[in-house]
Amino acid sequence: MTTGIGARVLRKEDRRFITGNGNYVDDINVNGQYYAAFVRSPHPHAEIGSVDIAGAKASDGVIEVLTGAEVAADEIGGLPVGWGITQTNGEPMVEPAWPILAQGRVRFVGDAVAVVIAKSIDAARDAAEMVNVSYTPIPAVIATEDAPKDGAPQVWDEAPGNTSFDWEIGDKAAADQAFEGAHHVTKLELVNQRLVPNAMEPRAAIAEFNSVSGDLTLHATAQAPHAIRLLLGAFVLQQPEHKFRVISPDVGGGFGSKIYPYAEYAVLCWAARRMGCAIKWTADRSESFITDAHGRDHVSEAELALDADGKFLGLRVNTVANMGAYLSAFGPLVPTFLYATLFAGQYTTPAIYAHVKAVFTNTTPVDAYRGAGRPEATFLLERIVEKAAKETGIDPADIRRRNFIQPDQFPYATPVALTYDSGEYGATLDKALALADYTGFAARRDQSKTSGKLRGIGFSLPIEATGAAPSAIAGQLGARAGLYESAEVRFNPTGSVTVFSGSHSHGQGHATTFAQVVSDQLGVPIENVEVVQGDTSNSQFGMGTYGSRSLSVGGSAIVRACDKILAKGRKIAAHILEASADDIEFVDGNFQVKGTDKAMNIAEVAFAAYVPHNYPLPTGDPAQDENALEPGLNEQAFFDPLNFNFPNGAYICEVEIDPDTGVVQIVDFSAVDDVGNIINPMIVEGQVHGGIAQGVGQALYEGAVYDKETGQLLSGSMMDYTLPRADNLPMIKTGTTETPCPFNPLGVKGCGEIGTIGATPAVINAIIDALGDYGVTDISMPATPEVVWRAMQEGRA
Amino acid sequence: MYSFEYEKAGSVDAASQAIKSDDEAKLLAGGMTYIPTLKQRLASPTKVIDLAGLGDLSGISVSGGTVTIGAMTRHAAVANSAEVQSAIPALAKLAGGIGDPQVRNRGTIGGSISNNDPAADYPAALVGLGATVKTNEREIAADDFFTGQFETALNEGEIVTSVSFPVPEKAGYMKFPNPASRYAIVGVFAAKTGDGTRVAVTGAGEAGVFRVAEMESALGSNWSADAVAGVSVGQGDLNSDIHASAEYRAHLVTVMAKRAVAEAG
Ligand SMILES: Cc1cc2nc3c(=O)[nH]c(=O)nc-3n(C[C@H](O)[C@H](O)[C@H](O)COP(=O)(O)OP(=O)(O)OC[C@H]3O[C@@H](n4cnc5c(N)ncnc54)[C@H](O)[C@@H]3O)c2cc1C
Repeated sequence: MTTGIGARVLRKEDRRFITGNGNYVDDINVNGQYYAAFVRSPHPHAEIGSVDIAGAKASDGVIEVLTGAEVAADEIGGLPVGWGITQTNGEPMVEPAWPILAQGRVRFVGDAVAVVIAKSIDAARDAAEMVNVSYTPIPAVIATEDAPKDGAPQVWDEAPGNTSFDWEIGDKAAADQAFEGAHHVTKLELVNQRLVPNAMEPRAAIAEFNSVSGDLTLHATAQAPHAIRLLLGAFVLQQPEHKFRVISPDVGGGFGSKIYPYAEYAVLCWAARRMGCAIKWTADRSESFITDAHGRDHVSEAELALDADGKFLGLRVNTVANMGAYLSAFGPLVPTFLYATLFAGQYTTPAIYAHVKAVFTNTTPVDAYRGAGRPEATFLLERIVEKAAKETGIDPADIRRRNFIQPDQFPYATPVALTYDSGEYGATLDKALALADYTGFAARRDQSKTSGKLRGIGFSLPIEATGAAPSAIAGQLGARAGLYESAEVRFNPTGSVTVFSGSHSHGQGHATTFAQVVSDQLGVPIENVEVVQGDTSNSQFGMGTYGSRSLSVGGSAIVRACDKILAKGRKIAAHILEASADDIEFVDGNFQVKGTDKAMNIAEVAFAAYVPHNYPLPTGDPAQDENALEPGLNEQAFFDPLNFNFPNGAYICEVEIDPDTGVVQIVDFSAVDDVGNIINPMIVEGQVHGGIAQGVGQALYEGAVYDKETGQLLSGSMMDYTLPRADNLPMIKTGTTETPCPFNPLGVKGCGEIGTIGATPAVINAIIDALGDYGVTDISMPATPEVVWRAMQEGRA
Repeated sequence: MYSFEYEKAGSVDAASQAIKSDDEAKLLAGGMTYIPTLKQRLASPTKVIDLAGLGDLSGISVSGGTVTIGAMTRHAAVANSAEVQSAIPALAKLAGGIGDPQVRNRGTIGGSISNNDPAADYPAALVGLGATVKTNEREIAADDFFTGQFETALNEGEIVTSVSFPVPEKAGYMKFPNPASRYAIVGVFAAKTGDGTRVAVTGAGEAGVFRVAEMESALGSNWSADAVAGVSVGQGDLNSDIHASAEYRAHLVTVMAKRAVAEAG
């Protein structure tokens, strides 16, 4: 079948998107809606004195002005954290309250102090400027490395040393011992800079409360609508779930930043309920820059011990991770279980120890951003491995090969808690070397030299953990929610299929990929399959889309629901075809009696199930009803995988540097990925391409720059924050190795983040390689022309 | 945006009068700078007077060794003009390198020079070619027009109507763009004209566009990239921001000057 698993089916949703017929939150308007504007702190750290709302309230078109005082009076809860970390000393992490409007103090530039609700956006914004807040600024701590220092300003009284938690993983004694006998030790200090997610669609919401029925509806740009409903309903608003509907329509990108139950959504819901009305808010780009949860922001040091053959003996890592001013929903998870558990990489390093200190600063909160922890881990590991290769004189491909976990070692338990599923790391590397024409590199470098350019090649062999699972283990590690996914596969009477998934596409192409899975499983033409997501009132509870989980976990739930459909369909067909269910086989959409030409199409079976005239309906006599069936063909499944899955790859980047200016041009990029079985190769390539673009963005262009004195985000607009553009990227060469994941029925692994995770170190390693003649061994990110030029100046000197 | 009145200018004089009679009224050309300013609530004019309908303000003509460009001429029109391309190719190239296609199809030369963003491209061409700015009141030599960062010699209510560029013997423009905005981190316009040699630098200077006398005299005696290779500008008056330090900008001025001269041929 050309539309089933493995087919390059064009995306069903694209016609809608590219003709401007998407339906995003800001496209939605509710009759009589008001508009909200937030009053935000201009200070990174200040005591709030009085909040004078009189002028604003009297302003034209203003309906209401609310502050932290009303939030407190209404006993509205703070924003919840979805993952708790137990510190090395056994204590829980320090988890300060995050009120939905600031109370007493503001802690970052952009912290919401009050909300104005008015008849128009302009009236709301005009009045917001009239809210008079008397602030008494207090010293702020901005930079990650400053937070733990003695005498640093304290963001929270209850978090001495600005520490939320001190956490470790691995066997310290074993790691220390590995270093004692080491032949060579490579050391590295690095900064993984803060990034701003910059989804194309800014965050937006409309909250609507029906005072008669007591129903609250929230339209929001959400990657996980059910989780938002659960977290906001149960922890913040005390709004029961059956009276709370969250609708997330088309979502224009998220990269993690739209997972969280943001304060603005809570404020809108609370105010709408309080006032009995509908209220809309859409962030402008400036607001997005300072209030969407940021990503990354680690300062680390690492050491790798090697023996004389270049085998890795041990790895030690020390990281300070910036949480920002408050703990965002999954902030604590990112630099712990999504980070330090990946330090084995693709290698057999026997002893690994990592220590992580998570600190508060007076900056925008940090949470998961495409890759979340795994880019930071991969950057650190693939940088230090490449550095070790340079120091020992071993070829960078070879040093990795000497340390690979071999295909026959799976399932492979690493020293940092994970058990890898499957992979052929050597074969994947070989494919990448061929794709990149590694052997021809020396000639290409000489060629570049003749045109006055410096050419370098860099490797990165990422591995990551996607589809976090199983729920029970995650719970032991601190998860405060489950990690399964749900599906309902509903045959309609005339044979078409509506699929409800608890995941929610925000650009990944679920409408197509999931339809392919269903088409493949049930033999229904793909155009007869519709995927429905994003509305808590029409789909069963689900956990949403993040961490590259939707296909491996959500797609697997669909498979399980299809299995149930087929099991029931077989019984229906057996009844109608007057055969035993054991004799019915399902082939190409038909139930047929083995060895005969008696068959029924699944659509006919569905019709029979909904028009049950010739059907094994219950008779009421238990003796006869053993094989009785309820009418209908509609099944649900919840899938909780036994383990994560582990996408991995081999990335090779070639750059050319203009020595006069320091400008880096990526001239070649090869990426071979093992994302298990592939449902739609075109969509996987798209995910890899986009992921690489974002990884290149971190390496060369992007960085959130704060003024350390004033706490202002200096790179707070598209004029100052550089996102990668099409002309910054070469044609990316991709390839795949497919080792099926044994932990889900589709044998798939996540593909949404591997590109981002793999690309960054490959680019940086290539730059350092190109600058080898200048004695450059490290470079900071983003490696802007000036950074590269300076490295050359210093190297030369 | 704060609310304001919108008025379509009926003539240059009427627009000028309207501005003079209302301190808080403001002209609008392509809106590429002014509309974002309004959207970010950084300006609250009483009235915005749109020059877009004034046909006589846009257009390109070449005669007697002079290229004249109307104030409302869009960057894209200059970039794509066959006349400009043949008379002063460096000027067409400069216009074609401004921002992105959307910006080039809206932004105007009059708006650009009146705004005098220290990172804008056109000021380098005006000063580099020794152009003349024509307004509804007078003619102003480019050297006198740009008076400092976002400052010009324009009086209240004075409106740029056109810019005249003398056609040079040869000229080159080389820009090191800001990767985010595409404005110039450093842009150098080098020209050999009937009046002598000119080198104008934009993007780098705190006070906006400036000339580099030492490069001009070096090129005067030896028009070659090598002639400027050894000349560096002091860092003292250069911009330093999150995109580039003064030191790096100073370095780029020399590199871009070399390349501009090489390009001019
Ligand atoms: C994303 C982006 C990228 C850009 N990149 C570049 C770049 O690379 N290089 C570059 O040089 N520029 C760049 N620009 C600026 C742009 O090209 C315009 O030149 C600039 O915005 C001003 O021209 P405008 O016609 O849009 O003027 P407006 O924004 O309409 O007006 C600007 C100011 O000039 C005044 N004004 C306008 N016309 C006249 C007149 N005839 N007489 C007197 N006063 C007048 C207005 O009152 C206003 O104060 C960029 C802009 C954007 C938004």
